[in-house]
Amino acid sequence: MTYPETPRRSWVQRWHVKGIVGTVVLVVLLIASSRMTGVDVGMFFSNFGQFMNLLVRMSSPAWDYTAVIIQPLLETIQMAILGTTIGAALAIPFAVLSASNLIHSRLLRGVTRLFLDLVRTLPDLLLAAIFVAIFGIGSTAGVVTLAIFSFGMVSKLFYEVIETIDMGPLEALESVGASKVTIIWYAVLPQILNQFISYFLYTLEINVRASTVLGYLGAGGIGVFLQRSLNEFNYSQTAVIILATLVVVLVIDGISNHLRRVLL
Amino acid sequence: MTQAPIISFKGVNKIYNNGTVGLKDISFDIPRGQFLVVVGLSGAGKSTLLRTINRMHEITSGEITIEEEPINDYKGQSLRLLRRKIGMIFQGFNLINRSSVERNVLSGRVSYYPTWKTICGLFTKADREMAVRSLQRVNLADKLYTRADELSGGQQQRVAIARTLMQDPKIILADEPVASLDPLTTATVMDTLQRLNREDGITVIVNLHSVALARKYADRIIGLRAGQLVYDQPIAAVTEADLNRIYAEGEQV
Repeated sequence: MTYPETPRRSWVQRWHVKGIVGTVVLVVLLIASSRMTGVDVGMFFSNFGQFMNLLVRMSSPAWDYTAVIIQPLLETIQMAILGTTIGAALAIPFAVLSASNLIHSRLLRGVTRLFLDLVRTLPDLLLAAIFVAIFGIGSTAGVVTLAIFSFGMVSKLFYEVIETIDMGPLEALESVGASKVTIIWYAVLPQILNQFISYFLYTLEINVRASTVLGYLGAGGIGVFLQRSLNEFNYSQTAVIILATLVVVLVIDGISNHLRRVLL
Repeated sequence: MTQAPIISFKGVNKIYNNGTVGLKDISFDIPRGQFLVVVGLSGAGKSTLLRTINRMHEITSGEITIEEEPINDYKGQSLRLLRRKIGMIFQGFNLINRSSVERNVLSGRVSYYPTWKTICGLFTKADREMAVRSLQRVNLADKLYTRADELSGGQQQRVAIARTLMQDPKIILADEPVASLDPLTTATVMDTLQRLNREDGITVIVNLHSVALARKYADRIIGLRAGQLVYDQPIAAVTEADLNRIYAEGEQV
């Protein structure tokens, strides 16, 4: 049987050189970094008893503590909603200024993106520590931290969405004689709105989880109570807080997943 | 006719940044109310020619005048006012898919409003009625509240025409308006353009691939090849052989 004439593959393609080299490099990097940082995987198993001990002490949750933590849990959710909303709203103009298909000036785009990169490099825990120092212990510090954290993350997601839109409607609006702002409002916004909301909900999910940790630094919410119970070795209370947080995160994730499915 | 031309090209050249020649020494006049069809191969410069008229493309040298006003130096507000009187129809319709037909049609009117009013959607009652009337003219008034992407291709192109009508245009530029439509809807769209030309006296300039359509609708046909104007005849003088020569590659007309 003779094959019809087909183009020949180069030896790089035939021996899958790129895939094999990539895998080898990845494995070498993994081994090298675990050597250098001195991570001892064995310790995880030898100290497993400690872990079990903690679990046993948490196995009798103090259910009556639930009433106490409802208020801070709600505060955590409110912090997340407020912070995400403020951050996402601020992100919209910056996302527009970073999108290469809307802003042709490289300088303006470069400066905006550099600024966003800088914001993103600040870890949320560092932000929380700073704002607790500025605003004092309480949820204001938490909201500001989450707003800045969401702003950095969402602005990048947003401008990447903007760069994928269909440019046809923009051309049409431009030919009509519309101003730049009108063009964005009429031709860009409807195309990206659903994805914006989807990313907003995704960020909200992350922030609900993050804000429990931020509270640990004194930035308000349930984290404050988590820290207190751990400091007092009151593991039956810790158990209730963890379970309640889990329920809240699951519910928020469920709602947001559902909404995003409906939207996209 | 002694009336001044509505559009006039005088020695227009367009060279793209990468050195490609878009248009080469184009000079011709378009009288008011003409139905002009531009034919030529893909890449001959038809789209470029059309887009220089509303300054969506800049020219390198030469002069274009519209209603005897040179348009080369327009910018900002004056450019938007120029574009307002020139409607444009695209091959891909370019509707805002997720928005309603009404909003798409009204978007043709935004250049009559300050930006903040367009953002708040503060259109006057008269303009909302005008949107309905525009849709009636393309026989789609019943689709007012339908989402644009729920319409068929031919319907979308008619919505695009209704959007253009909202500009109250003196000129309509149509860039391959039927290239992605089937023969039946093609006829509807071309008939609509013809009606606007005859009833409203709008000057219509259409880029077409189809020689048959060009002969059916045009008052006058011009041909482009490699950015040059190689053919220009009133419809009465156009022969099948002429048109075939425009499409025959490498041959001189």
